[in-house]
Amino acid sequence: MLLSVLSGFILAASLPLIGKYLKEKWAILFSLLPLSLFIYFLSFQPDISDDKNLLFSYNWVPSIGVDFNFHLDGLSLLFTLLITGIGSLVFIYTAAYLKGHPYLDRFYGYLAMFMSSMLGLVLSDNIITLFIFWELTSISSFFLIGFNNDSEASRKSSLLALGVTGFGGLFLLAGMVVLGYVGGSYSILELMNATDLIQSHPLFVSILVLVFIGAFTKSAQFPFHFWLPGAMKAPTPVSTYLHSATMVKAGIYLLARFTPVLGAHEYWNSTLIIVGCITMVYAGIHAIFRLDLKGILAYSTISALGILVFLIGLGTDDALLAAAVFILVHALYKATLFLVTGIIDHETGTRDVSKLSGLNKVMLPVGIAAGLAALSNAGIPPSFGFVGKDLIYEATLHIGDWAYLLTGAAVITNICLLFAGFLAGFKPFLGKLPVTYENVHLPSPLLYVPPLILASLGILFGILPLLVDDSLIKPVVAAMLNTSSDFFHLQLWHGWSTVLLLSSITIGGGVGLYFILNPSEGLLTKATRFEPISPLSITGKITGLFHGISQGYTSVIQNGYLRYYVITILVFLSFLLGYKIFQGIDLYLNVATLSEITIYEVIVLGIMAVSIVYTVFTKSRLVAVASMGVIGYCICLVFLFYSAPDLAMTQFSIDTLTVILFVLVLYNLPKYLKLSDTGSRVRDGLLALIFGGLISLLTLEVLNEPLEREISAYYAETAYKLAKGKNVVNVILVDFRGSDTMVEIIVLAIAAIGVFSLLKLRLKSIEKE
Amino acid sequence: MELLLVVIIGLLYAAGIYMMLRRSLLKLIIGLILLGNGANMLIFLLGRIVKGKPPIIDASESILSGIYADPVPQALILTAIVISFGLQSFAIILIKRAYKVVKTDDLDEMNATDEDL
Amino acid sequence: MKTIIFKTASSYLLPLLLLFAIFILLRGHYLPGGGFVGGLIAAIAFVLHSFANGIERTRGIIKFHPGFLMPIGLSIALCSGLAPLLVGSPFMTGLWYHNPIPVIGMIGTALIFDIGVFLVVIGVVLTIIFTISETI
Repeated sequence: MLLSVLSGFILAASLPLIGKYLKEKWAILFSLLPLSLFIYFLSFQPDISDDKNLLFSYNWVPSIGVDFNFHLDGLSLLFTLLITGIGSLVFIYTAAYLKGHPYLDRFYGYLAMFMSSMLGLVLSDNIITLFIFWELTSISSFFLIGFNNDSEASRKSSLLALGVTGFGGLFLLAGMVVLGYVGGSYSILELMNATDLIQSHPLFVSILVLVFIGAFTKSAQFPFHFWLPGAMKAPTPVSTYLHSATMVKAGIYLLARFTPVLGAHEYWNSTLIIVGCITMVYAGIHAIFRLDLKGILAYSTISALGILVFLIGLGTDDALLAAAVFILVHALYKATLFLVTGIIDHETGTRDVSKLSGLNKVMLPVGIAAGLAALSNAGIPPSFGFVGKDLIYEATLHIGDWAYLLTGAAVITNICLLFAGFLAGFKPFLGKLPVTYENVHLPSPLLYVPPLILASLGILFGILPLLVDDSLIKPVVAAMLNTSSDFFHLQLWHGWSTVLLLSSITIGGGVGLYFILNPSEGLLTKATRFEPISPLSITGKITGLFHGISQGYTSVIQNGYLRYYVITILVFLSFLLGYKIFQGIDLYLNVATLSEITIYEVIVLGIMAVSIVYTVFTKSRLVAVASMGVIGYCICLVFLFYSAPDLAMTQFSIDTLTVILFVLVLYNLPKYLKLSDTGSRVRDGLLALIFGGLISLLTLEVLNEPLEREISAYYAETAYKLAKGKNVVNVILVDFRGSDTMVEIIVLAIAAIGVFSLLKLRLKSIEKE
Repeated sequence: MELLLVVIIGLLYAAGIYMMLRRSLLKLIIGLILLGNGANMLIFLLGRIVKGKPPIIDASESILSGIYADPVPQALILTAIVISFGLQSFAIILIKRAYKVVKTDDLDEMNATDEDL
Repeated sequence: MKTIIFKTASSYLLPLLLLFAIFILLRGHYLPGGGFVGGLIAAIAFVLHSFANGIERTRGIIKFHPGFLMPIGLSIALCSGLAPLLVGSPFMTGLWYHNPIPVIGMIGTALIFDIGVFLVVIGVVLTIIFTISETI
């Protein structure tokens, strides 16, 4: 089990080795991975329909309760089959769609990574691992959406998608942590038993909000829906796989998975119903006005996701059943339509629905697949979509108070969806073939067989609902309700009823709309008039604002002038020091402890003071260097006065060498120019004097404090006994702190090598000028 | 005597900082050296100054006893002095090199990023 | 600077100063001195010689690039640190040969370490100064 989940990552990691050989001719072999996984997961189906709970545990970080616990139930099984099944078809399709692409192997790597992340997501029982896989899907989808990384739009939309889903992911993490804290466990199975505890906890509302934001961003619910149409910049296999069948359903999966834990609560239901309703109607209406086939499909996908959220929000048995069926229905027809769109785009070079027509004459099998999908989408009998749509109406009609309003919303949405489906499924294929497309030819079977399979399944399941109801759908509902029940059977024909009437209204309305409304530029312009207040542009503005602010303060703080950094630090330090010194500490000096002043010391210090002034104010480089040398020798004398012969010797030699160094380089150095004006010099001078004065005060303060001499005493006592040396300073350097000295000489060597290479190695390009 | 040293240390710090705030690169390095000297003196003074008793054990004894100059700050400063030589020489060569390439000593004119060169 | 007196003096000064540097190095454990100061003095001796006679002559005396002193010194220092590991003591433990040797005094790893420091310092200073005066 662990291997099956991680296999995609393993494949992706091994690509640098094997990818080269496969991508030319054997790309199709990549599809063996999803195919074998599909078969593997299908083999669990008998266990699942027998209501068995399959749990596979692997330790990962047991100390903080994070483990690889994979739990396979009806819901997971449906998703794993969708992921691997549609995955296989997409893998096959890609082999032809991106044939000869230089980075085909990379593409497969991303796809495999994504597939594994998705599998991990739907199988995890531990909510922390669930979150990790959740984020991995965001990351791998970022690579997939931005696959055409030389196009700016592509990069932008992948960043947007990553931004929105990543943003939601953070909320999800917070939600998961709070949930784990409240429920006392990170295992979903155990959380299910703690429902009452969780729902009565004061933090319940925050858990709901956090989980909702996570789910809504991932599943493109209003107002976070805007990243999905942009994500259609990705190659079509990606749109098919991620944005219709799997990734966007991750949010739905999350909601469905937590229905037994968080569901059946007033807030849960009402929030989901409202958000789902707004999304499905809003996106449905948007879909009508699009011209780009992928745009139409994107909005109709958002709308369908809205329906799913809405159904989960209703939360009745009927509604959950409808949701389970609709997940499958939607995955089948939407993936087909996406694949077909990809073929059209591939062969004709356009996705503009107003320009396409009559393609049936050149690519009949594609047209058949598209037509079947559109039928299922429209919910026309005998398609599986009809079954799904009936269940939706069934659910909304029996909801109680708001039944009419909600049913109305569902009808409107379905009319829009039907229209969108017809636009994508029928419009390009019917009618007269434009001259420009006459020499378009039927593509490779690798391209049109996958959509054909999916579309046929959509019809087959409609005619024979028996195939899926007991085996697939029932365990899903059971998982969502956390009970095993068998109260239903899927049927194509329910007899004459209100539901049938609603279905007929939907079909009639949609078909009517199809004949009345002709997609054109004008309509699109009208629809985009409201763009400035759409969530997308608002997000854009907020992001722009962030950019502006950060740019503003960066240019203030990081202004690129070294001395302003120094000034900032110094002013701050001076304030801090000054405040501290003048606040609590009273200044006094115990004169008795000071050593006496002798005349030659005064002379030395006097010379030093004069040299300092000279160094600062001289106009000649040579004088500056010379007075610096004098300062050094004076310091050397101070060391000598106060019992530090080693220091004096070292200071003397180093000072000599420094002066030699300066003299050697001096005439190759710039003139000693006066660059700044008087004002800034006065300012800097004041600042310097203040800081210097503060340092003096601080030193005085410290001198008043008693000195801790423990370390020195230790060295003084043990220098000879342990290290057999009598010069304690030297013993410290070469023995007690030998490692430090070792590092120090390494640093010295590095400095010397730096000097050597700076001078000897030619900076080629610059040297030539 | 400590008082005078305190004043000198303040003076070294002030001079170092003033030089560091100049636009000329050479002055920047001189400022750095002055500041380093100031810091050395500061550490030395804070270890308390003692006259005529270096931290060297007498030939006849095996431990340091009585009043003696603190060996720890001395060891620290010794290291600092030697390292500062490495730093100074590297910095000097760096300005020389930079001056050759950019033909300016003015820090404000060195603000350009690599692309503008 | 290349006066006759300076030239003549420097060729006598070089061995004397080097001897003095070694003296400072060896006595470092008991009296003021040590690897750092010794190394600096030796380096100054060479620099002085090169000022008087030109770098080529000084180079001729050293025979190899002073940069090589750095890795040699570093390895000596490292070996002296590693040596105690052979007898089972921790890194950088001082080991001593117990009988004092005339002139040098006690021999121990600390002294060898100091010799390493001495060589590195000479290498560093000479590399820097020679490179600068050659390229300018």
